[in-house]
Amino acid sequence: MTIYDALIAPFAEFEFMRRALVGVCALALGAGPVGVFLMLRRMSLVGDAMAHAILPGAAIGFLVSGLSLVAMSTGGMIAGFVIALLAGLVARTTELKEDASLAVFFLISLAIGVTIVSLKGTNIDLLHFLFGTVLALDDPTLILIAINASITLVVLALIYRPLVIECVDPGFLRSVSRAGTPVHLLFLALVVINLVSGFQALGTLLAVGIMMVPAAIGRFWARDITLMIAITVASGMASGYAGLVLSYHSGVPSGPAVILVAGFFYALSLAFGSVGGLARQLFPGRHLEA
Amino acid sequence: MSALQFRNVTLGYDRHPAVHHLSGEIASGALTAVVGPNGAGKSTLFKGIVGVLTPFSGEISRGGIDPREIAYLPQAAEIDRSFPINVFDMVAMGLWRKAGLFGGIGTRERDVVERALSTVGLTGFESRGIGTLSGGQMQRMLFARLLLQDAKLIVLDEPFNAIDTKTCADLLELVHRWHGEKRTVLAALHDFEVVRANFPDTLLLAREQVAWGATSKVLTPDNLAKARHMCEAFDEEAAACAA
Repeated sequence: MTIYDALIAPFAEFEFMRRALVGVCALALGAGPVGVFLMLRRMSLVGDAMAHAILPGAAIGFLVSGLSLVAMSTGGMIAGFVIALLAGLVARTTELKEDASLAVFFLISLAIGVTIVSLKGTNIDLLHFLFGTVLALDDPTLILIAINASITLVVLALIYRPLVIECVDPGFLRSVSRAGTPVHLLFLALVVINLVSGFQALGTLLAVGIMMVPAAIGRFWARDITLMIAITVASGMASGYAGLVLSYHSGVPSGPAVILVAGFFYALSLAFGSVGGLARQLFPGRHLEA
Repeated sequence: MSALQFRNVTLGYDRHPAVHHLSGEIASGALTAVVGPNGAGKSTLFKGIVGVLTPFSGEISRGGIDPREIAYLPQAAEIDRSFPINVFDMVAMGLWRKAGLFGGIGTRERDVVERALSTVGLTGFESRGIGTLSGGQMQRMLFARLLLQDAKLIVLDEPFNAIDTKTCADLLELVHRWHGEKRTVLAALHDFEVVRANFPDTLLLAREQVAWGATSKVLTPDNLAKARHMCEAFDEEAAACAA
């Protein structure tokens, strides 16, 4: 097998592979930067909770109108926005911290979803929900993912400054501006739309993977946030490409393959990363003069 | 003209007063120290002044300026020191009121930031991550940011805690400069020597106002003894205040 056969032919020959590649690249572009901010705000698992909150909304959409992209995405987004908004407001107006209030709301949302599904008694294709269908991305889905990625980049550019300040020194932002709460809620909305995108391609369980694993990789290679975001997006795209190739040749399901490759890159970064990687810590070299 | 006016202000938490029935005013351009034992309500008063806390009763007027125009250095700044941001960007935040969401940081603004850094003695630290700073350097950086905020009213909550004498002297010089520029400065302090040497006016607080006026008349052994005797703990059984 030539290098061409191994790395390029799958995409040259099959349209579904090209679509999958475009899909994961767009996902990495939108979800990566969001993941970096989630990580820096110590909200890494919030993405996971939000993904669970989206599931019931999507399930209800599925029940109402079958495997319709519009219905499932709309349902998912509504569920996600409602949970994000409620959790954010409760955290900002009461003593309950964000993680605790989010845990409460996503569990309620999950329970409502499961209840509705079981009352209806339909047999949902659970695998589709859990692991997505990156190899069967149709036009509307690709467009949805692309739109969400574009919205994410534009909104992030607009709220970048207050978002960074809110992460480093929330007290300062509060003392000079009222932007804190709206910026935070906008940011949570970005988390939701990216999870809905990821949900289509990778399923609810792994949608968070393309958001958080590349961000964790970026942390090991950059000391400033711009470079961190660039590395995150690049490693997300690289994982997407390598995962698809791996899945093509080995028959491993493609969604998990993408995240497994990202996990492999993470392990490498953990070992050899230039910022706090294990090798650097074990062999720091002789100390400096000053 | 007064920069701050308190009319029978009561501030606190969970219905318990931490500042009780405070009345008085701070003249525009005054340099005032707020002293008192731990739990006396100094930080609470400052939170009321900058609008983080709403008074239970009474009124604080700020001479017509918006609370967000006050430069405020909290006692326990909630700064995430592991965040990947450098000293330059951190200080540049002080330009928020001028630059806002989208205003550019151009050559002129860079100069302003550089000058602020050199004023606090942090030239050469521009690209250092904030996680690498010592306690004193951190405080110098926060003062540089205050400097850029160019505020008429500056509120400093225990700015010299755990700071060595050299840094303290340097930062006090800045406070005097602000005073010379007719800005109103309020600072919560514990070191009476520093207060006597640098602050013309003092408010001695122990939940209630113990004394307020010229520093030499406020910091008397009698007054300080009185302040020490005011109790610190909230009384869970306390009845509703009639006043």
